[in-house]
Amino acid sequence: MSESARQDSPEQAEFRQYCRQWLADNKPKEPTVRLPLSPLEIMTEEQLTYLQAWQKSAYDAGLVGCDYPVAVGGGGRTDCQRIANDEMISARTPFMPNVIGLGMAAPTVFHHAQEALKERLLPRLFSGEDIWCQGFSEPGAGSDLASVQTFAERKGDKWIINGHKVWTSLAHFAEWMILLLRTDRSHKYDGLSYFVVPIKSVLGKGVTVRPLIKITGETGFNEVIFEDLEVDDGYRLDELGKGWQVAMTTLLHERGAGELQTPRSGGMKSKATHSTNTANLIELARATLRNGKSAADDPLIRDRIMQLVIREAGLGQNQRRSRVSALQDHPARLLLQNKLLASEIAQAIGATAMEVEGASASLYLGDNNAPAGGQWPMAYMNSYGMTIAAGTSEVQRNILGERVLGLAKSK
Amino acid sequence: MTQPDNFGFGEEAGLLKDSARKFFADNFTTDRLHRMVASDHNPERMSDCVWDRDLWQQMVELGWTALAIPESSGGLGMPLVAVAGLVEEVGKAAFPCPLLGSLNATYVLAACGSAGEAALTDIAEGMTATLAVTNAEGSWDLADTGVQSTKGQLNGMAHFVQDARKADRLLVSARTEKGLSLYWVATDATGVTILPDAIVDLTRDQAHVSFENVQAQAVSEDGVAALSQAMPAIWTLLAADITGAAEWQLQATVEYAGTRQQFEHPLGFFQAVKHPLVDVMILIDQCKSLVYNAACAVDAQPARAAEFAHMAKASASECAAFASSRSVQFHGGIGFTWECFIHVYFKRQKHSQLLWGDAAWHRAQLANILIGTAA
Repeated sequence: MSESARQDSPEQAEFRQYCRQWLADNKPKEPTVRLPLSPLEIMTEEQLTYLQAWQKSAYDAGLVGCDYPVAVGGGGRTDCQRIANDEMISARTPFMPNVIGLGMAAPTVFHHAQEALKERLLPRLFSGEDIWCQGFSEPGAGSDLASVQTFAERKGDKWIINGHKVWTSLAHFAEWMILLLRTDRSHKYDGLSYFVVPIKSVLGKGVTVRPLIKITGETGFNEVIFEDLEVDDGYRLDELGKGWQVAMTTLLHERGAGELQTPRSGGMKSKATHSTNTANLIELARATLRNGKSAADDPLIRDRIMQLVIREAGLGQNQRRSRVSALQDHPARLLLQNKLLASEIAQAIGATAMEVEGASASLYLGDNNAPAGGQWPMAYMNSYGMTIAAGTSEVQRNILGERVLGLAKSK
Repeated sequence: MTQPDNFGFGEEAGLLKDSARKFFADNFTTDRLHRMVASDHNPERMSDCVWDRDLWQQMVELGWTALAIPESSGGLGMPLVAVAGLVEEVGKAAFPCPLLGSLNATYVLAACGSAGEAALTDIAEGMTATLAVTNAEGSWDLADTGVQSTKGQLNGMAHFVQDARKADRLLVSARTEKGLSLYWVATDATGVTILPDAIVDLTRDQAHVSFENVQAQAVSEDGVAALSQAMPAIWTLLAADITGAAEWQLQATVEYAGTRQQFEHPLGFFQAVKHPLVDVMILIDQCKSLVYNAACAVDAQPARAAEFAHMAKASASECAAFASSRSVQFHGGIGFTWECFIHVYFKRQKHSQLLWGDAAWHRAQLANILIGTAA
């Protein structure tokens, strides 16, 4: 029995046992398709189909949405999602494809939608049958999110939407979108409202989804253009003009600081997938020859790698400490560092891996001689998605400085 | 063995940490610290040995010096996570005292088996102690020493002995014909001379200690093994002290950045100030999390204690350097003066950064564990 298991409540202990058994009996086989590095990089229908089947089976078994009420398709349990997450990750399952749905849309819909809408949307979100995407960023609204210009004009009990959203991961597969837009141009924050939009059903009828090609050459995210799209007022979340407050619920959960634990699985190793962590970096250094010796024997490389090992371990221990209230000075201080640290550490690991590879870091996915199949240069380039998305590292430092340290707002 | 999820930081540890925080808040303000240690600014002065013996006596009576001593030797047998919580508060107050030295000696003596028990009882009864295990080079290799032992007599010189003038007893490492032995020696024994160093840090004293035909009884004949076993606790506690002091530096600087106005804004409005302060906080949190992880490993997962303690002290040394640098820089002109309190912490942190191994040294040891010794 693991130490964390020892501190489970009776409900958690029983549930953990159940999850463990179910996973032992039902863990999916390794796919025949190459899996992407993360759900946000799903490129093909084959990848999606495999991952959706996994999410559906985990949901049907009760491992997804555990802490939501039964009425909205949840498991009606208390503080059990993290138990399921622990077990799914230690069983090295595939990841779930509907990450934006689970991590951002679900808590937002749960906190701000009418009861009937929750009951309609959440079960298919948890099962992964409906993939969700997020319509927040715009060409002119990145870090300054509240300056979104996509506009909804009232027409009876309908709204007519016009605008342009960008960096919309999964939009090419999504059934639904959470959409932050403007209903009043005279107030920056109080002029925002929040909708859910069934975008797949209106594709070509006021909605266009176009792929954006990433720095790596991969597709995976998109731009979404609204031209006179008609949406029912019943799809509005919370009150008119409360869009910013609703968006805060979304962002708090996105940053891992919300009250509802996001369902998470993952850890499956396959030849085609590759994790940006220091264990792999050490393996790379061991396998790389430099001046006739292993790169792992080079004192400068060793020091660089140990710096990263320490940062990575520190992040893991922060997450552990964030659950021990006696060892915290401020309730959000550790949680609000999560995304910033995870993304910057991954970037530094990628950068160091390329230096370890030396000249071979020039070789990319299509080259048979590329170390690790060319995955390190790709991981390094992809890491900029993480330090930019969901509030850039600079915005994260503003948030930490202002909310945690209480420094004056920088604007 | 694996670690408990909450680091083993239970109710008792929480109460101890809270009572320490209250003790220093009630009894030892930064203003008092400054008056006590910074009365003489002459850079060529000999370091004083200043400490508040009355408050120290209260700490002894609260049982803080006996926390780590096994119950069988008259102590309280508390886990290292609880002791680390206390030391974090001592670091935050920068309280000059021989607590760390006495705790360090405790962990080494506890690794000496039955021969160390009498010495542990001395500490449990209120005696103060410190380690004298470093040579003139300041080598952190435990097999190195500047003291020799022949026929039960110690001769030579131990260097970089922390808080030597506050200590009643020295735990000395000396080379013997067989290897390295450890000795428990009174500071006022015949042949022992404490030679104070003039140091930058105002909150500690440091000395080199001369031994001339000092009669001594060994507490361990395998000194390297006993020291090796204790070092993870010693590194972890110094890292805990650094964490607490760095938190003081952060809060003092944040407060200043909130009141000092320039260009019609408080300093903290500017991202050139705000973002590095966030980075100081990030380093403190990394360090603090690694400290409790290392402490918990000493308590519950000894096979990985050295690995995790190297991480903690490497992180702490970086944290000490960066928090110190930013605290002076962001206080601007006043931060460069003797009258501003932050120089006291700056100097304490620079001392702690290098003591018992700097960041690069600990990372090199960590690499030996995780990658293997380089060919």
